[in-house]
Amino acid sequence: MVRDPKGAPVAEIEFQDVGKVYADGTRAVDALDLQIQDGEFMVFVGPSGCGKTTALRMVAGLEEISEGAILIGDRVVNNVSPKDRDIAMVFQTYALYPHMTVEENLAFGLRLRKLTKTEIGRRVHAAASTLGLEEFLQRKPRALSGGQRQRVAMGRAIVREPQVYLMDEPLSNLDAKLRVQMRAEIHKLQRELGVTTIYVTHDQTEAMTMGDRVAVMLSGHLQQVDDPERLYARPANQFVAGFIGSPAMNMTEARLSRGDDALIVNFGAHRLAVDPELVAERPALAAYENGKVVLGIRPEDFEDAAFTPEAPPERSLDTVTGLREALGSEVLVHFSIASSSSVAPDASEFIESVGDEGTIFVARVHPQTRAREGESLRLVVNTKRLHFFDPETGRAIFAEAGAQTRMTVGPRSV
Amino acid sequence: MSAVSPRVAVPKRPRVRPGAISLTALTYAIALLVFFPVLWTVLTAFKKEADAAATPPTFFFHATFANFQAVFDADYFTYFKNTLLLAGGSTLLALVLGLPAAYSLAFHPSKHTPKVLSWVLSTKMLPAVGALIPLVVIYKRVGLFDTRLGMILLYAAFNLPLVIWMMRSFFADLPKEILEASIVDGAGFFRIMTRIVLPLTAPGLAATALLSLIFSWNEFLLAVNLTAANSGTLPVFISGFQTSEGLFFAKMSAASTLAVAPVILAGWLAQRSLVRGLTFGAVK
Repeated sequence: MVRDPKGAPVAEIEFQDVGKVYADGTRAVDALDLQIQDGEFMVFVGPSGCGKTTALRMVAGLEEISEGAILIGDRVVNNVSPKDRDIAMVFQTYALYPHMTVEENLAFGLRLRKLTKTEIGRRVHAAASTLGLEEFLQRKPRALSGGQRQRVAMGRAIVREPQVYLMDEPLSNLDAKLRVQMRAEIHKLQRELGVTTIYVTHDQTEAMTMGDRVAVMLSGHLQQVDDPERLYARPANQFVAGFIGSPAMNMTEARLSRGDDALIVNFGAHRLAVDPELVAERPALAAYENGKVVLGIRPEDFEDAAFTPEAPPERSLDTVTGLREALGSEVLVHFSIASSSSVAPDASEFIESVGDEGTIFVARVHPQTRAREGESLRLVVNTKRLHFFDPETGRAIFAEAGAQTRMTVGPRSV
Repeated sequence: MSAVSPRVAVPKRPRVRPGAISLTALTYAIALLVFFPVLWTVLTAFKKEADAAATPPTFFFHATFANFQAVFDADYFTYFKNTLLLAGGSTLLALVLGLPAAYSLAFHPSKHTPKVLSWVLSTKMLPAVGALIPLVVIYKRVGLFDTRLGMILLYAAFNLPLVIWMMRSFFADLPKEILEASIVDGAGFFRIMTRIVLPLTAPGLAATALLSLIFSWNEFLLAVNLTAANSGTLPVFISGFQTSEGLFFAKMSAASTLAVAPVILAGWLAQRSLVRGLTFGAVK
């Protein structure tokens, strides 16, 4: 095990320009540069085939690293066998040993590492009590429920006391309720143990709720890595903007123009005055004046005007309620905008778009809204939280064009 | 055949319908047809030679154990021991060589894997009699003629394709994540094989071993041409009762009965453990 001079294990993970090309020429991961801090909970998220699992398996040593280097601690592990990397992995299918009891499943890795019987017993029972598995120790996996199997899979990782946990969609085989419960448990467990963790999921809710930082991937490329708040508030490009958040961010083609005292964004038949604070935050917007942009508005940044009567007209838009979905704590109002939807070219297959009849927007409004299907509705927009993207590159417009993606990647050295 | 593939699911008991009844009757009829030669052999073994040769055949006769006595007096146990050693030894050797090959072909396939597999099978396509003369010559030259070692090598070579093909497919059915989990847990090839892969494919392994055993047990062509007094097997022993004069049906039947009995017993025992199968609780 790699230790720093004081004797504490150091378990940073660093991807240095890592690429994966399979034998048939398929490229799964391209130029991945990322540093994960000691004790950090890092989530890899993205649609299937985005390279997140491949990246994880390269850390585990189950896939060869075609390009670049992966470091665990300060050791390059490219040619280190999985068993010598001091990692433990939780698989999507749990991969329990079906012919062994829970106890034997937990102890298997420890026996291979030649620990003493008393130490094995201690660790197995400690893990079993943490996970509430004590009464099942003598059972075989087939006699356990899905949730219990999932716990055994977690336990098998915990008993090893490794430097790094690798989790590959560990909750995707559970039903929705259990998933929420286990999500919280894993999160809590990781906090207590303080072990560096990489967690792969395709579920943006899991990513946002669990990760210290979240790395969003698409087609083998890292799109953005940030803490969940920043990822939500300042998505680096259209794909991240559409992928993070549910319902997804509304996006449409728009045109910027200079009004009397503010920047105006025009889309369809609507005009909104961009809040000066936002313009100050995004100085690069000035370059798009009188030009095309992609405007993004999150559903939660709309509100029924009836609940914000003081809102000025330049922040509101008049529309007709299409579909109304009451969810109890909120109401989702669908309405159409007479302008073409805009989706970044490489993200189009993952984001729903509506064809010719314009763009369907979704607004999340107060549960007591009086919006009725087919009736007109005035909505107020929080113009401090508009998002703008370059229509060519799909990148968010912040300070200067072209600098956004780089900026989001973690520090190269400590 | 008594070797039942462990992947054959136990059928649910259907509701009884007239069609099902006639199907059952047909099944019994076919089973009886298949079983009849065995039954006839066993019956003949208890007849006097004169009864055995009688035309039309007799179903009712005075049973005698004289034939069995004659078989035992003719050194049955030497041949039995040879057969046991040859079948067991060659099966063991074929497994020792074939299991790692199957493992490699199943878990580390390359673009050459299909070629390797068909090459392995191609050795089965040559009729044994085609290789007989060269084998006799070579075995006599190198001193393997009529030795147990020579026959074990030969039978192992004949059984190797069977072991590789069957075990490769059983291995390939294992969830890959279980192996990956054991790799991450720190297991090497030997541990993965003995602690994970073989326990999980035990029914398949038993079926494969049984088929290999039966082949070696019953093989006649090579045995009769390559062995003499030292390493003769039971099929050779049975054929030894054939004489050009006098009656030999009953004694030969007794010898056959004693030769197949162990195989039937082994098959019956194996079937009980094979059918049990393994229910996977590992994934999902």
